[in-house]
Amino acid sequence: MTMRIFVSRDAGAIAVGADEVALELERAAAKRGIAIEIIRTGSRGLYWLEPMVEVATSQGRVAYGPVSATDAPSVLEAMAADGPHALRLGVTDEIPWLKRQTRLTFARCGVIDPRSVDDYRAHDGYKGFERALRLTSDEILADVTASGLRGRGGAGFPTGIKWKTVPQTSADRKYVVCNADEGDSGTFADRMIMEGDPFVVIEGMTIAGVAVGATKGYIYIRSEYPHAVEAMNAAISAAKRAGYLGQRVGGSTHSFDLEVRVGAGAYVCGEETSLLESLEGRRGIVRAKPPLPAHKGLFGRPTVINNVLSFAAIPFILAGGAKAYADFGIGRSRGTMPIQLAGNILYGGLFETAFGITLGELIDDIGGGTLTGRPVRAVQVGGPLGAYFPRALFDTPFDYEAFTARDGLIGHGGIVVFDDSVDMSKQARFAMEFCAVESCGKCTPCRIGSTRGVETIDKIRRGERVAENVAVVEDLCNTMKFGSLCALGGFTPYPVMSALKHFREDFSPAPTKLQAAE
Amino acid sequence: MTSVYEPWNEARGAEIIAEHDKLEGATLVILHAMQEAFGYVPEPAIPMIASALNLSRAEVHGVFTFYHDFRHKPAGRHVLKLCRAEACQAAGGDALAARAEAKLGISLGNTTADERVTLEPIYCLGLCATAPSAMLDGRVVGRLDDQRLDALVAEAQR
Repeated sequence: MTMRIFVSRDAGAIAVGADEVALELERAAAKRGIAIEIIRTGSRGLYWLEPMVEVATSQGRVAYGPVSATDAPSVLEAMAADGPHALRLGVTDEIPWLKRQTRLTFARCGVIDPRSVDDYRAHDGYKGFERALRLTSDEILADVTASGLRGRGGAGFPTGIKWKTVPQTSADRKYVVCNADEGDSGTFADRMIMEGDPFVVIEGMTIAGVAVGATKGYIYIRSEYPHAVEAMNAAISAAKRAGYLGQRVGGSTHSFDLEVRVGAGAYVCGEETSLLESLEGRRGIVRAKPPLPAHKGLFGRPTVINNVLSFAAIPFILAGGAKAYADFGIGRSRGTMPIQLAGNILYGGLFETAFGITLGELIDDIGGGTLTGRPVRAVQVGGPLGAYFPRALFDTPFDYEAFTARDGLIGHGGIVVFDDSVDMSKQARFAMEFCAVESCGKCTPCRIGSTRGVETIDKIRRGERVAENVAVVEDLCNTMKFGSLCALGGFTPYPVMSALKHFREDFSPAPTKLQAAE
Repeated sequence: MTSVYEPWNEARGAEIIAEHDKLEGATLVILHAMQEAFGYVPEPAIPMIASALNLSRAEVHGVFTFYHDFRHKPAGRHVLKLCRAEACQAAGGDALAARAEAKLGISLGNTTADERVTLEPIYCLGLCATAPSAMLDGRVVGRLDDQRLDALVAEAQR
């Protein structure tokens, strides 16, 4: 009988040798006369175990990892004999790190062949879309609203309300735009889902198109993600062939087409209005709001613009899961969040779970602390615009409002762990420098504030009139926070101010005893 | 893997423009296609794109210069991009970047005198759970350490 072996084609797995492992498995099987079929899936998100290799057995898939190319022959033999192996991890679904998760959005990621519509359908794919076709626009919108889904890109705006505005606005044509410009360091959930389960994004966008009466959608993917671009393009072609995109989608009266557009290395294009400008072929300069994209978006037409993860959450919700989705979470943060554990961390990867888990659980319990084995000193939550939290704040629950209350943000759900060798004044300087380089230049607080911020932090780091210059940085941050047009200038103060507040001792060459108040 | 590019040729440039100029908001698509064909965006292409899309030269030049990806001259034969964002910084990326700079004798953002290697920073490859990471001519590499980096640099120098 042919052994079915699963090897990830996720960029994170390829980066640590998954292609070579797949090749070696083929070679070893040919040499031993073992019949195998290798299916390239997405990643399960347990990156410290990548390249992870799974084999279909009567008990379910059994995993081995991390497998190197030199391990491949012995792993293959162990698979064939169902025998012991040092890298054998047991039944994949029983691996505690995976079992503890609530995978709604990522249910299929790492399981299915991301190029196959049939495989997607065999794992509940297109159920939400089929149900949506039987509903009225209002009923679809009611489901999205009832799920409590909030924009997963970072802003956390209720998706249902965003969508509702579009059908209420009359226009000759409307658009659905997917923001796949995942530029935040420490985040990779968009990349993973596009590479591992691209059809869920397509299905979510198609449902949006049906709900708001849009016939064209764009997925704007950053150029740093060539594997995701390839995977999305392949999936779009497959969906077209299967009648899920194009004229009369799924046999309905609706038409919906999708196109991938590739960014060109500008971080600010992750901001939705800048992204729209870029899609229109212009410099990624932020637009003033109003008008909102829902009223005047792409090419001046009403546009639904959401993050990859927001669209990817939609199929589950529309497949009758609105209430089930809303039942997860705490407060006004409903459902699950695909959290990304990254940086200097022992068990890094994607952990999808209900809102409410604490930062400490995520770092110590699930993440296992640092990879270097040194104490965790700081974690940055929410990308380059997110605050640095010290251990004293590890009781913060993962929840939009709880992070806001502590001068932070959850952003796109990325957490970067730093050990005690980190110099926080350097990190604060980097935040300002990054903002200066990436600023679109439209508003003064961001454009000038960030440059002055770098200069002033440099003075502090050299020990020049530290107290006065710290006051200048605080003043600059205040101006940037309240005076910037978008989140780039507006949120850069979070990493800077949090570093100053919680790690003040790093802002003077002669260490002061000004310990953080908390 | 060495990328082979065509030398600039006006007719080929016009052909590339004609392939895409009917798309909505085609400017970035055409600039990408130019760079893919020629390895950079040759200056004579700018007025051609402007004329095809009914834009001013200044407008197209503005778009070209706004985005980090577009080159105004060819890169070295190999392009080594080191991720310099926070997750890679947390995992020892600063020391690796310094090591690559020392090995190649150039700072980030530059090309070696023999035009073999262009060393560039990149702000996040999304490989943050297998940091530090890099990309050599489109091939991604994670869990970099001194040894793996040295191998990458040596490969780029070949």
